[in-house]
Amino acid sequence: MQLCDLPYGQAAVVESVREQGPTDNIAIRLRDLGFVAGEPVRVVARGPIGADPLLIQIGFTRFALRRNEAARVLVKPAA
Amino acid sequence: MNMSASPQNTARRVALVGNPNCGKTALFNLLTGSHQKVANYAGVTVERKEGRCLLPSQRALQVLDLPGAYSLAATSLDEAITRDVCLGKVAGEAKPDLIICVVDATNLRLHLRFVLELRQLGLPMILALNMGDAAARRGIRIDVPQLQRALDMPVVETIAVRRNGADTLLAALDGLLPPEPQALPADADLHARVRQILADCVAIPRRTAVIDDALDRWALHPVWGLVILATVMFFMFQAVFSWAAPVMDLIKSLVESLGQAVFTLLPEGLLRSLLIEGVIAGAGSVLVFLPQILFLFLFILVLEESGYLPRAAFLLDRLMVGAGLTGRSFIPLLSGFACAIPGIMATRTIQDERDRLVTILVTPLMTCSARLPVYALLIGAFIPAQPVLGLFNLQGLVLFALYVAGVASALLVAWVMKYLRRERVEHALLLELPSYRLPNPRDIAIGLWERASIFLRRVGTIILSLTVLLWFLSSFPAPPPGALQPAIDYSLAGRIGHALQYVFAPLGFNWQICIALVPGLAAREVAVSALATVYALSATSEDAAAQLVPLITAQWSVATALSLLAWYVFAPQCLSTLAVIRRETNSWKTMAAATVYLFALAYAASFITYQIASRLL
Repeated sequence: MQLCDLPYGQAAVVESVREQGPTDNIAIRLRDLGFVAGEPVRVVARGPIGADPLLIQIGFTRFALRRNEAARVLVKPAA
Repeated sequence: MNMSASPQNTARRVALVGNPNCGKTALFNLLTGSHQKVANYAGVTVERKEGRCLLPSQRALQVLDLPGAYSLAATSLDEAITRDVCLGKVAGEAKPDLIICVVDATNLRLHLRFVLELRQLGLPMILALNMGDAAARRGIRIDVPQLQRALDMPVVETIAVRRNGADTLLAALDGLLPPEPQALPADADLHARVRQILADCVAIPRRTAVIDDALDRWALHPVWGLVILATVMFFMFQAVFSWAAPVMDLIKSLVESLGQAVFTLLPEGLLRSLLIEGVIAGAGSVLVFLPQILFLFLFILVLEESGYLPRAAFLLDRLMVGAGLTGRSFIPLLSGFACAIPGIMATRTIQDERDRLVTILVTPLMTCSARLPVYALLIGAFIPAQPVLGLFNLQGLVLFALYVAGVASALLVAWVMKYLRRERVEHALLLELPSYRLPNPRDIAIGLWERASIFLRRVGTIILSLTVLLWFLSSFPAPPPGALQPAIDYSLAGRIGHALQYVFAPLGFNWQICIALVPGLAAREVAVSALATVYALSATSEDAAAQLVPLITAQWSVATALSLLAWYVFAPQCLSTLAVIRRETNSWKTMAAATVYLFALAYAASFITYQIASRLL
């Protein structure tokens, strides 16, 4: 499941970050910021227009990601 | 670099490195106090902050505050500077002797990864475990000796917001340099190592702060969040426009009485005219905006320090992206309502170069306060104060429409620029929303002082030299003896005005307006007093408008007045704004592009307005 489709508040775990194109700096940066396999994530807020951007809790940090940035992150919802 | 034996070169050089929002700048302020030098790195607009402090042994320490970075794999100019300084690759910048890695004790999962990455630099390192007070409040317990072993570098606790919060750090810096930590193998999984370190050294009861969760529920709420944002903005405007007014009046009267004093002290002549109309009036026109600008920066700094600013960017990002901007463009654009200059200076918070450039280019379209005197004069003279729908006043509606026209055109221009570029590169938001913090008065004061001095130094010198130049243009050559027209008519400015009339006739501008446009280049509101001069009124700027109204209502058509209003929505008629664009982008080309496009828009808008209005009315 892509992170941008994860329901609001649902706990999940990162599986991987998928590159879009050959040198995807955004994907590299996402990994540096902690979007790596096994890391717990959650959508904690959504922007007022079109639910974009998304506010993601990862580790102890909150990052605002636009939907197409969040689409790179594949997650697995926790049971 | 030459290695002379001056104390300058023997001082130990350390660099503060860390993630954004780790409290690095607060620590820098605590270490160096007011002994700071703020400049730019050569050839780029990244801010370089350097300071000095004394170690317990009275030896000097030179501290460099590097821009915040998440990784050595830089994605912005700021991050590239941080990496290159650490690698000793920046010309004229010696490699630091030691790196102080600053980490937020409440955000170790993110920050420690960067610390591990920095070990490959091969420089001695000390870890400053910052914000220990906030960590303690949240029940986070850190085993420092264990962490020291795991990271292979000395670890000291600092509390940047407390008076003696850096004493242990200073003591550690005074001793021998610690050995360089061992670099990790190139293929090491840094994330896995951080997880292991956290498991071994840190006890964390809860991943987020309760207070952040509670505040964000409101601040980022789709409805309440926007209501709160609007309220904050309302207070900001209130402060900038109402609370600053008494101070501005005070400065204005002080400048005027200084002019009066010079008037009585000096005999009539060129020197007196130059001093009063050139130097004092010029410097005064800058100083009078200082209270507004200080209030504006006070608000911006408090919002930034408290962590609210990125929340505002979060709320507005979607809207701004639609127009080809970014959520971070919001504050610069908002500042532009007071004055484009602090707005353009505030674009430094936008990391993405393209987003920053577009924001700089459209900020002058925000209706700055210097346009208000011109709008007030023209609306008062030509728009009847009749009620509309029983609720509104036509004059107020026209003023509101002019503000809306500014905002709408800024969004439109940004959108057109996005369309013209048609680039496929995606520009990321990836914006960290840090924990809420109570702003520290010392950091606010230092920030305000920095901004104010940049404003006065840069803009002051530019406006001052321009007003002197314009004084020269308006005073020479002097009118012939027995001249009937006002003196400005015979001057170079007068001749330029007459020549400009050929260009501006299709817009309905008469030669008096054209002349007033020339000194109006220094600052927009100067056009009002310039008009008064052209119409041979010997009045101070206050009652100039009152006396002008009957004159211009009698002599101008409504179409001309509307056309001039349209002109002022767009015209790049403020040389100091253009000069700041040049400074902040380091490019004459960008400045020229801004000038040309704004003039073109102003001309087109006035032309259309005049042609339509003169046919209809």
